[in-house]
Amino acid sequence: MALATATMTPQGYLQAQSRWHPLEIVFWLATLLPFMLFPDYLSLASQIAITALFALSLDIILGYAGLVSLGHAAFFGIGAYTAGLISKFGWGEPLTGLVLAAAAAGLVGFAVSFIIARFRHFTLIMITLGLGLLAFEAANRAHWLTGGSDGLQGISMWPVFGLFKFDLYGYTAYTYSLIVLFIVFLGTRRLINSPFGLALRGIRENWVRMPAIGADSRAHIRKAFTIAAAIAGLAGAVLAQTTENVSLESISFQRSADVLVMLVLGGAGRLYGGLIGAVIFMVARDQFSGIAPQYWYFWIGVLLVTFVMILPNGILGG
Amino acid sequence: MSTPAHDAEDAIAGSAIALATRGLSKSFGSLSVARNIEINLPAGARYALIGPNGAGKTTLINLMTGMLAPNAGQILLGGEDITALGPQERVRRGLARTFQINTLFAGLNALEAVTLAVAERRGVAGRFWRGVGSHSETIDEAYEILSKLRLGDSCYQITRELPYGRQRLLEIALALATRPKVLLLDEPAAGVPQEESGEVFEAVAGLSDNLTLLFIEHDMHVVFRFASHIIVLVSGAIFTEGPPAKIAADPGVREVYLGKRKHG
Amino acid sequence: MLFPIFGVLFDGIAYGMLLFVLSVGLSVTLGLMNFVNLAHCAFAMLGGYVTVTLVNEFQWPFLATLPAAFIAAAIVSVALERVLYRRLYRSSDLDQVLLTIGLAFISVAAAAYVFGTTQQPVETPTILRGSVGVLGMDLSKYRLFLIGVALAVTMLLVAGLEYTRFGAQVRAAVDNQRMARGLGIDVDRTFASTFALGCGLAGLGGALAIEIVGLDPNFAFTYLVYVLIIVSVGGLGSIAGSLIAAILIGVSDVAGKYYAPELGAFLIYLVMVVVLMWRPLGLFGRR
Repeated sequence: MALATATMTPQGYLQAQSRWHPLEIVFWLATLLPFMLFPDYLSLASQIAITALFALSLDIILGYAGLVSLGHAAFFGIGAYTAGLISKFGWGEPLTGLVLAAAAAGLVGFAVSFIIARFRHFTLIMITLGLGLLAFEAANRAHWLTGGSDGLQGISMWPVFGLFKFDLYGYTAYTYSLIVLFIVFLGTRRLINSPFGLALRGIRENWVRMPAIGADSRAHIRKAFTIAAAIAGLAGAVLAQTTENVSLESISFQRSADVLVMLVLGGAGRLYGGLIGAVIFMVARDQFSGIAPQYWYFWIGVLLVTFVMILPNGILGG
Repeated sequence: MSTPAHDAEDAIAGSAIALATRGLSKSFGSLSVARNIEINLPAGARYALIGPNGAGKTTLINLMTGMLAPNAGQILLGGEDITALGPQERVRRGLARTFQINTLFAGLNALEAVTLAVAERRGVAGRFWRGVGSHSETIDEAYEILSKLRLGDSCYQITRELPYGRQRLLEIALALATRPKVLLLDEPAAGVPQEESGEVFEAVAGLSDNLTLLFIEHDMHVVFRFASHIIVLVSGAIFTEGPPAKIAADPGVREVYLGKRKHG
Repeated sequence: MLFPIFGVLFDGIAYGMLLFVLSVGLSVTLGLMNFVNLAHCAFAMLGGYVTVTLVNEFQWPFLATLPAAFIAAAIVSVALERVLYRRLYRSSDLDQVLLTIGLAFISVAAAAYVFGTTQQPVETPTILRGSVGVLGMDLSKYRLFLIGVALAVTMLLVAGLEYTRFGAQVRAAVDNQRMARGLGIDVDRTFASTFALGCGLAGLGGALAIEIVGLDPNFAFTYLVYVLIIVSVGGLGSIAGSLIAAILIGVSDVAGKYYAPELGAFLIYLVMVVVLMWRPLGLFGRR
């Protein structure tokens, strides 16, 4: 947070909070490095950008509003399957596919938000877990639509703007994913710095105080949840389009849990936390892909325990 | 239940009743925490609510503000029945309260907290496109409230790092940001060290005369200094009420407070 | 000779009873301490591996290992409570979730390291093998034993809560923590003891589960979902609720596998979400 100077007015102070920090510019310039330094890893870079976008969406409801959701992958999966199905049934234009998929996920998110906004604590955790598992089971059972455990086949994307084809080299994929990530990031950054962002933090900081200042917390939560669902769906759609494949993994509990770990890694409620966490997690997982999964999760476990015990105000307060 | 003295007072005041409760009752199973409570707060009045620990004072405030639903009775704000309204609706209609234990936005600074409260009141808290910094009227109003409570110079400090006395002032600032007509203060100086409690009372004294106040307090000096009328609550029911002199002279009140004459 | 449905019911009830022993500890500690302990089934797994070690390495009789499983899980829980859990009682749900999931991950890795990833067999005592003819049905002796143990646990818990001083302290602390402290009840000790009891029961459940569902390092997570569903549907802090919910889940699971395998777990998740929306604290939850 920017420090206040002697001559700063209250308004000036608040405006300074949303000014771009030089490190942010460095970060975004660094996202261009894979093109030059790691051209063989562009598809991994693309995956990272997609996951970072997904983590950003969860940060809105978890990091800022303080709502624990263990089922956020449901929206990622809905976006992925929607984008995949649109292409499979003949419409392979990527950008419109993105918009439609995000809208679908956002719509479901809006409907679910009415449930979510009514509950807290353990009940909310269990409901989000249950809804996420239900989404997985639904996708699993609906072979005829989703391909079940075989995954959705037959996706074929048209070139972006008729010019840029999604190929095995990954240039188009990474450019596409990065641009989507950046644009949505800009929007999310505005949201966080707006009065609505302040209201979400208020909900996280003190649930009881919000109605006492005349706030309609439920309405705020519904709005945030819908936006987060749409963004998650967008991320899933980018995955479906750039890999021309959708598997059950995209709607699985594992994806919900991993993104939570990423937020913890990078710092929830800090806008860049999800992005940084995604980079660290995905790069590490790629490097350690040789070891057995339970040992990978051993280190995740150690990390989680350490972070929780060390941070003085908890994951959401540090 | 209105007594002849009560009616006379009303007649003399002749003013509108800012907040009233009729037959307000609440029980948890067999435990009765509010019994048939009848209160009339005239506009602009300074009423104190006193009683031994566990008498149900905070419970009464929770009932009035809608945090607790009554089993029976009505609450009227400026003549309007608000019994069925949720807490935020009551705040919108001008009923605000402070909490006995600081209920603040620990991770926000004072400026952000009060700006949020003002933004909620002005209906702009749902806007997500323009930055907070561009809502100049909202910010100015927030800063003005903070300045009046002498929090202006520490408004950039994170709430959890503020000294306790300042936090109590922030409690009041948040309530004032809602532009209430009636303000319920739950032990405004509770837990505040001696050196800082003066500031809190100055703040309370400085509140506008248009504002109707009901405050819970244990310190009798404070009560006699600020209140024009005292309501004594015992075991969930109104034991007696009246002007300070009458209450001070009442042997029953002294008995109820036996062993607790100094503030608890 | 009787319809297979009775066999299904019996198996379902037995399975439900096992799930009850696994879940009741979590229900009580969640209801009492409001602490989300997602490592609960890791304690169960610990109990299971204690039994496996004692039987296979040290030739203990199976039945004798059951109290050992209970005690081992309880002791470990006391240590963890002192060092880690205690500091997070007033922390956010997220912190509690992450800490306990982290512990569960660590336990899975440790189990895989020490015991390998395959299922561990354990020899059941001869008296519990085979089946007994009851009303024309062949009822597995082990499953009858399970039901018996679960009922004994239920009675001991209920009696303990109602009639012992410790039970009274627990009930007081659940009802009103501040007042309980004011009355001189050492609420922290009560928490710690109840937590140990709950984890001990989980350990016992883990040991009992080996014969029915097998034991491998993934046990900590595979059954966590069922346990969470039982606890949230049955109601936090309710022994009766856990019992009823466990039997319901056990029977639906077995019946589902037998009659409608396509439905899978869908029905159970749906039931949980619907129940929670109707009764956020579970069917018999208090508070």
